[in-house]
Amino acid sequence: MNGNHDAFTLGPLETGPACCVPHPLIQVRNLSLQYDGKTALDTITLDIYQGCITALIGPSGCGKTSFLSTINRLTDLIPRCNVTGQILVGGQDIRHPNCDVQTLRRRIGMVFQKPVPFPLSIRRNLSLPLNEHGVTRKNEVAAIIEQVLRDVGLWNEVHDRLDASALSLSGGQQQRLCIARALALNPEILLMDEPCSALDPMASGVVEDLICRLQGRYTIVIVTHNLAQARRIANYAAFFWVRERAGQLVEFGRSQQIFESPRHELTAAYVNGSRG
Amino acid sequence: MPEIIIPVSVRQKIRDFSLQGLMYLAVLLVSAVFVWLLADLVQGGMAHLSWTFLTESPRDAGRSGGIASILVSTLLILLIALIAAIPLAWATAVLLAEFVPIDSRFGRIVRFSLYVLAGVPSIVFGLFGNAFFSIYLGFGFSILSGGLTLACMLLPILTSTAEAGMRAVPDAYRLSAAALGMTRTAALIHLIFPAAAPALAAGLLIGIGRALAETAALLFTSGYVDRMPDSLLDSGRALALHIFDLSMNVPGGDMPAYAAALVLVSLLLGINSLAMMFAHGLQRRRILT
Ligand SMILES: Nc1ncnc2c1ncn2[C@@H]1O[C@H](COP(=O)(O)OP(=O)(O)OP(=O)(O)O)[C@@H](O)[C@H]1O
Ligand SMILES: [Mg+2]
Repeated sequence: MNGNHDAFTLGPLETGPACCVPHPLIQVRNLSLQYDGKTALDTITLDIYQGCITALIGPSGCGKTSFLSTINRLTDLIPRCNVTGQILVGGQDIRHPNCDVQTLRRRIGMVFQKPVPFPLSIRRNLSLPLNEHGVTRKNEVAAIIEQVLRDVGLWNEVHDRLDASALSLSGGQQQRLCIARALALNPEILLMDEPCSALDPMASGVVEDLICRLQGRYTIVIVTHNLAQARRIANYAAFFWVRERAGQLVEFGRSQQIFESPRHELTAAYVNGSRG
Repeated sequence: MPEIIIPVSVRQKIRDFSLQGLMYLAVLLVSAVFVWLLADLVQGGMAHLSWTFLTESPRDAGRSGGIASILVSTLLILLIALIAAIPLAWATAVLLAEFVPIDSRFGRIVRFSLYVLAGVPSIVFGLFGNAFFSIYLGFGFSILSGGLTLACMLLPILTSTAEAGMRAVPDAYRLSAAALGMTRTAALIHLIFPAAAPALAAGLLIGIGRALAETAALLFTSGYVDRMPDSLLDSGRALALHIFDLSMNVPGGDMPAYAAALVLVSLLLGINSLAMMFAHGLQRRRILT
């Protein structure tokens, strides 16, 4: 890192499990976003550390989903959405005209709040994106499918009905299939937008365990309204707040610090459940 | 005399009841018209309808013989109309549904033009087709001119059904596909088109129904000749036109007119039931997903 990285300070080391070497994989600098001229994200500066789980918390409408969508440039698809600022992924400016968005999105997987299985077979859900990225050899595709379905703990449940419609799976299974589909492209980064909120507590628990198992192999950014969950799984937490309809980053730090000794009073009020 | 007080609940029941009665009456009237028309056709046409009626060409201006050449001309005209209209209409629909924002100026202009086009009387299409395809492009009175004129008529219905079908595909598919690094073309081919297929098929069948029933637009374009066509540049008489001619211009042509009308209506009924089935399938799918 160069010296003028002073948007936040990491402070003294907290006790707690060290997850990894804090090497910033995603560097967000002065990121602002407007929908139709109205600011939804206001000069966000933030580092996401490689191999760690970073939780984004904050009240509804503070721009968490918008923030995630800028990282894989899904905001390109939204008409009249204007993004300014800089996002570096592995040192590469993703908003530079030379950056190939398809390759970028292969490196950055995304899981949505509501599971979105395509109305195709389970197998085709996984093979379609692979084929589109040039992985077409039959046994290679089959091996990847088995691998990722094992990774998300779905293999035993579905290996004998890979040709059944993905829509016939339960909600929790569908969400795990979507995670598997993202993993199949072998991304470095996983963006997860409230991946458990549409699931019942049991299924939610399964997905949560899965996310914990993925820690270290992937850099994970997860949005969650479930503070207990954020506390359980995240290494780092970023607290967003909305001021005059514009989302701002209030505090970023080690998850333990955010939840146990927040520096900002808004953070304290939010994590203690008195506001938001 | 003391006034009879009817309790509110009873009054409401009476009102409900009479309203329902009116609605049933309306339904009955509509169905009665349809049944009467069908019964009349069956009664008039059944006697004349036979296998040879379908396989022989008309003789003596259609008083005897059958409608084989007419059926062939009709199908050829339809085929040309579909081949010309489908690529144009569906490409336009893809553009409108996938690539331009719903409230953009361009989209509004195209949609408005299609809307106007849909309201143009078919006789005007006939005159346009005659001036443009028959005379200006020199296709003359031919199956080709007729088919291309019909294609212009089919553009609005094919485009709007396809656009609506593609818009009904949830945006979540597009976002998910994009997030997986798939190109828009890939998403279109592998996800959007298959998901919109029932709507495309339903629109297609409605269009075919319209084309089969068309008379006025073909009067000045594909012409009157009731021989078996030798080529697409030959004139060929469409079924609806044949019925019109038999009943208006040919004394003693009533029986074959009835039989031909029965054939046409059966074709339309079949096609519309198919269209309904597809539309139904579409609804079921939308509930499932
Ligand atoms: N496509 C869009 N067009 C216009 N405004 C939008 C769009 N998407 C989001 N917004 C606005 O941007 C702001 C931030 O929305 P965003 O979805 O990012 O919040 P969020 O933190 O994810 O909320 P939630 O916790 O409810 O999911 C909101 O005020 C929202 O109304
Ligand atoms: Mg959100």
